[in-house]
Amino acid sequence: MVKAMANIDRDTIVNAMIIALLVSLPAIAWWLGEIYYLNLASRVVILAIAGVGLNLALGLGGMVSFGHAAFFGLGGYALGMNVSTALEGAAVVTWPIAISGSASFLVCFLVALIAAGCVAAIVGVLSLRTSGVYFIMITLAFAQMIYYLAVAIPAYGGEDGLPIYERSRLPIGDLSDPATFFVLCLVFLGLSLAVFRQISRSHFGAALRMARINEKRLATSGIEPIPIKLTAFVISALITATAGMLFADLNGFVGPSMLSWKMSGEIMIFVILGGIGRLMGPVIGATAFVLLETFIGGVTDRWGLFLGLALLSVVLFAKGGLIGLLTGHDRHD
Amino acid sequence: MTLALFIEQLLNGIQLGMTLFLMAAGLTLIFGVMGLINLAHGSLFMIGAFVCAWVGSTTGSFWLGLMAGGLAAAATGIAMEVTIIRRLYAREHLDQVLATFALILIFSEGTRWIFGDRPLWLDIPDALAGTVELPGGIVYPLYRIAIIAIGLGLALGLQWLITKTRLGMQIRAGETDREMITALGVDIAWLYTLVFALGAALAGIAGGLVGALQSVQIGMGEPVLIIAFVVIVIGGIGSIKGALIGALLVGTVDTMGRVLLPSVFRLMTDPATANAVGAALASTSIYILMAVVLIFRPKGLFANNG
Repeated sequence: MVKAMANIDRDTIVNAMIIALLVSLPAIAWWLGEIYYLNLASRVVILAIAGVGLNLALGLGGMVSFGHAAFFGLGGYALGMNVSTALEGAAVVTWPIAISGSASFLVCFLVALIAAGCVAAIVGVLSLRTSGVYFIMITLAFAQMIYYLAVAIPAYGGEDGLPIYERSRLPIGDLSDPATFFVLCLVFLGLSLAVFRQISRSHFGAALRMARINEKRLATSGIEPIPIKLTAFVISALITATAGMLFADLNGFVGPSMLSWKMSGEIMIFVILGGIGRLMGPVIGATAFVLLETFIGGVTDRWGLFLGLALLSVVLFAKGGLIGLLTGHDRHD
Repeated sequence: MTLALFIEQLLNGIQLGMTLFLMAAGLTLIFGVMGLINLAHGSLFMIGAFVCAWVGSTTGSFWLGLMAGGLAAAATGIAMEVTIIRRLYAREHLDQVLATFALILIFSEGTRWIFGDRPLWLDIPDALAGTVELPGGIVYPLYRIAIIAIGLGLALGLQWLITKTRLGMQIRAGETDREMITALGVDIAWLYTLVFALGAALAGIAGGLVGALQSVQIGMGEPVLIIAFVVIVIGGIGSIKGALIGALLVGTVDTMGRVLLPSVFRLMTDPATANAVGAALASTSIYILMAVVLIFRPKGLFANNG
């Protein structure tokens, strides 16, 4: 009991320290006028949101989705298509009815949620018929399908992708200001962490965890596992799509690389590297990943080699991920 | 479309299917026997292609190159299995996916380090450089016929190995009950290494064969890897027969889709839109095929375990 108390305290301390660093370091960068580092922090926060999304499906629900890049990319394309057509004054949809594009952040957000939600519902219904390795492969295949669609349709920029010349617009605040944009990303990270925490503490979360550990037992207690898993899968996709939308807005670009299977692998890396099923796991994972990428990538072109070796050692030797190392214990369940 | 063009495209589909089979056979064997998802199988394909291109251009003999490619992939496979892969057999699929994903990054950088960024080119051997005239006046490249023949030969050889030899018996026993086969005195660790090396050699040979049709470059294994996964999911993971039928199905659907779909849409709409829509649908056709198969048979066409 005493040991458990001590561990909970240590978890809280580690989480608080991560949040403090995530807010204070970019604030210092902003104060020093280091826009590059401020944008880097936005990148970290956005990728962390994508990881929090996957963590819901993977960590709580045990659904090893190797296709979350599909939702990340859909969010990106929802914003890219809308903003770039709005700037040209063109229609974003011409059939069955013509709808003109919108540069409003809120409209893009809504479109991203609807698009990712619908696709996730379809992919989820079909994929959840399978399990284990088949689930991994079928989610990968659906993501590849969307990837090739994006490559093949010239209106979406095809293989070259779509430049977005301006940031989207909010009624309050100017998103082309890096500090405002960072704060927006941080707000979304806070929201997605709150959703994750609420779900993991709710009855729904308990059922979801049970679906991961023992589906039959869950079914015996009168709860159908599939609807529970499907709901979690869709919510997970919505969070990841939000991240994709912010990512496109940050980079001023959306392309097929956001939909590629390597992106799916990277989102998975954020979750595993940080600590699977842990609230702040994806935040630490994404931070470590981007810092490795930026600093090793700055020294040598061979950064993939070092990332590979680092990842391999985490998988082989550190079971609880980085957060497991920091808090000194593996996950509870 | 004329009948001649149809048959030519059908042959292209079968040729693609045969190369996919060489990849898929190894993947499905490794999954069936050891329960391992190996994403780095595409790296073995790439290593086979690079070594084949390098040895082929140094010695001037394509066949020597192909042999070297297969051997290099097998040697890499053995090294991989002994140092890393065998720690993963008892782990969850998730750990396997991540560790072998990490291996892809390491192998891609490693290959870039050794061979540089520029793609290599591999010439079709002189003896197979020409074309053949098939019955019905169809002129078809000899090299592609050779790939079909080699693929078929290896498929038959593999079938013989699995069903008729003592080693094959042990492999099948390993799929069914690994504790029992250990109790009977078979060195399971050695058997696993051998199966992994066999799969790796097939991937390396596939890489060498394909290397003469396209440029040999970093990352060439990944698209093939993903399609090979589609193949084994359609065929049923763990089944060699499923891998062969799945590969031929995927190869044909992909190739025919690319030719047929745009012309079908041209009947309905203007050529530019038809080409765009047709191409988009064609590139997703194999994934649609897979989704349809899984809806009706969630464990693939010839599932025997997994």
